[in-house]
Amino acid sequence: MAPLVSAVSRTADPFVRTGKRPTLAVWKFASCDGCQLTLLDCEDELLAVAGQLDVAYFLEASSATAAGPYDVSLVEGSITTTHDAKRIREIREMSGKLVTIGACATAGGIQALRNFAGPDGGPDVTAYAAAVYAHPEILDALPTSTPISEHVFVDFELRGCPIDKRQLLEVVSATLAGRKPQIPSYSLCLECKRSGAVCVMVAHGQPCLGPATQAGCGALCPNFSRGCYGCFGPHEGPNMPALGDRFAELGVDADGWLRALRTYNAYAGPFRKEADHVERTRS
Amino acid sequence: MAVRRLEAAALDALFGALRRRGYTLVGPTLHDGAIVYDELTGTAELPIGWTEVQDAGHYRLARRDDDARFGYTVGPYAWKRHLHPPALRLWRAERDAEGGFELLDEPHDPPKVAFIGVRPCDVAAIAIQDRVFTGGAHVDPDYQARRERAFIVAVNCTEPGGTCFCASMGTGPEARDGYDLALTEIIAPARNGQRAEPSYLLEVGSERGEQLLAELGGRPARGDEVADGERRLAEAAGRMGRALDTRGLADALRRSLDNSRWDEPAARCLACGNCTLACPTCFCNTVEDTTDLTGAFAERTRRWDSCFTQDLSYIHGGPVRVSLKSRYRQWATHKLGTWQEQFGTSGCVGCGRCITWCPAAIDLTEEVAAIAASAQARASRRQARVAPSPERGTEAGDAAATR
Repeated sequence: MAPLVSAVSRTADPFVRTGKRPTLAVWKFASCDGCQLTLLDCEDELLAVAGQLDVAYFLEASSATAAGPYDVSLVEGSITTTHDAKRIREIREMSGKLVTIGACATAGGIQALRNFAGPDGGPDVTAYAAAVYAHPEILDALPTSTPISEHVFVDFELRGCPIDKRQLLEVVSATLAGRKPQIPSYSLCLECKRSGAVCVMVAHGQPCLGPATQAGCGALCPNFSRGCYGCFGPHEGPNMPALGDRFAELGVDADGWLRALRTYNAYAGPFRKEADHVERTRS
Repeated sequence: MAVRRLEAAALDALFGALRRRGYTLVGPTLHDGAIVYDELTGTAELPIGWTEVQDAGHYRLARRDDDARFGYTVGPYAWKRHLHPPALRLWRAERDAEGGFELLDEPHDPPKVAFIGVRPCDVAAIAIQDRVFTGGAHVDPDYQARRERAFIVAVNCTEPGGTCFCASMGTGPEARDGYDLALTEIIAPARNGQRAEPSYLLEVGSERGEQLLAELGGRPARGDEVADGERRLAEAAGRMGRALDTRGLADALRRSLDNSRWDEPAARCLACGNCTLACPTCFCNTVEDTTDLTGAFAERTRRWDSCFTQDLSYIHGGPVRVSLKSRYRQWATHKLGTWQEQFGTSGCVGCGRCITWCPAAIDLTEEVAAIAASAQARASRRQARVAPSPERGTEAGDAAATR
């Protein structure tokens, strides 16, 4: 999709320090609010954030809102309704920089599992809605849950389910300074090894998505002797078939491999393609 | 300096002597299903009676039937962690009133650390990183400070592991130099069901090491004890879990850049970078500049990086090594080939970590041997075309003539 032109000049980059703080808006789409909460969770840094940014629109924190346009928009959640598909365009129009936060916004989230349902692939969103809601007819749900970047131009995508607090502060700091955020796109294993964790795959024989997953969480699960669940989505160039072979050698069957791939980042390219392949080829 | 013989209790004396001199002790200990190098408060924290089973992509702790303190091979992390830390702030800067910035002092004042149980392969690896960080015109001050304050207690290997091939690389199983003290652990068989305490043969490698001798007790080793130690080490050299024929290897790799055999490891490689971060000599790092929320402070941090990331080869327009094949080939040919030209030594010490800690179980010795064999076969074919053997008669001669 062609990027929409922002109503706010992109030349405000870096933000000219005129004494007026850049305005920040935080938006929610289909999501659990966990990523917005990560911003509120920046307890020690919250005053510094508020000192640098004028928090103009953040319903999770305050019902007092100021009208746009906004210099920076943080967008949480995926697009699952026609109403939201329209709303994200309006938000793009009134945002200088638009940063998506979390697996829902960057990959469609866990709710993107509906994307794999369909005529021959099992129940679709209508069937799910009928199973969950007493009056599914009042819902206006799209058949798919899609990332924000499928609808509008996104300046930066911050991964994670939920996002990492330090990474969020880095993106905000970088955006304010007009520099590139130091957010790596390589594998989780680099963070894991730097942290000094013992590889759970090699030393414990545990399946781990780390070798295919983007760094960012600080190798949280491996540091608690658990394999990675892939919350930060695929890294810059994962070898999914090879990791699938390794999972099989560790005793994970095709169903297990499919379930490992189809979680928070199920709709992210490499995870999606590998899962589709497994689904097509399994006996 | 004559070899001395120490009882097991001398390890306590060694720990005490080092601690009195202000050293923090770092050595082998059990953690999360592995024998790692971590801070030690006493010899009871050594992995007494433990060993490990290592194979490609596989590591498991196992019990021994003796009380060996050093009855394992190498842990998941090399000693570079303590000399070339995974993350290091290089400098900080503060914005000044004129709109410029001022550099703030970043002290390089690392602690004195005694490395307990450095295997000969790792002693060799430290010597290689010494060349990388301090051997040229531009000395890394932080590495140099850490290195100067490191006391190395090497422990020779009498029981190589499943992925060891130091004998092939000429780095072990006995440390030749580069240590302050070197121990060889001697395990005696159990008697009347009683486990025997290990004893140690001690060699001194430096003046610093010699200064500790008076505090360690023991006595000069008898000739038969020295011979016993030598015999154990010689036997160990013949029991390596892996082997690598290095004759002509650098040249074979240089001639094999277009070899299709690289496709095989590339098909299995996960681009995770584990091999390079586990490797005791890999030194690639990235430098990150960040600013804080206010924009008043900036800092530069150096972090371990890997040639298996796309970012490492990113230049204007994109990464140079996009394919996994090109990245695996880069790592293997640098490690075993072009490292020679760059640093005058191989980059591989045969510790086997890249094999054990590869989650895809790729075996460097196997891949490189296949590449070398393929290069050899190709060279032979070419030679056969140029100089036909009598058996092949005119057919080969014709082929050579029409080339």
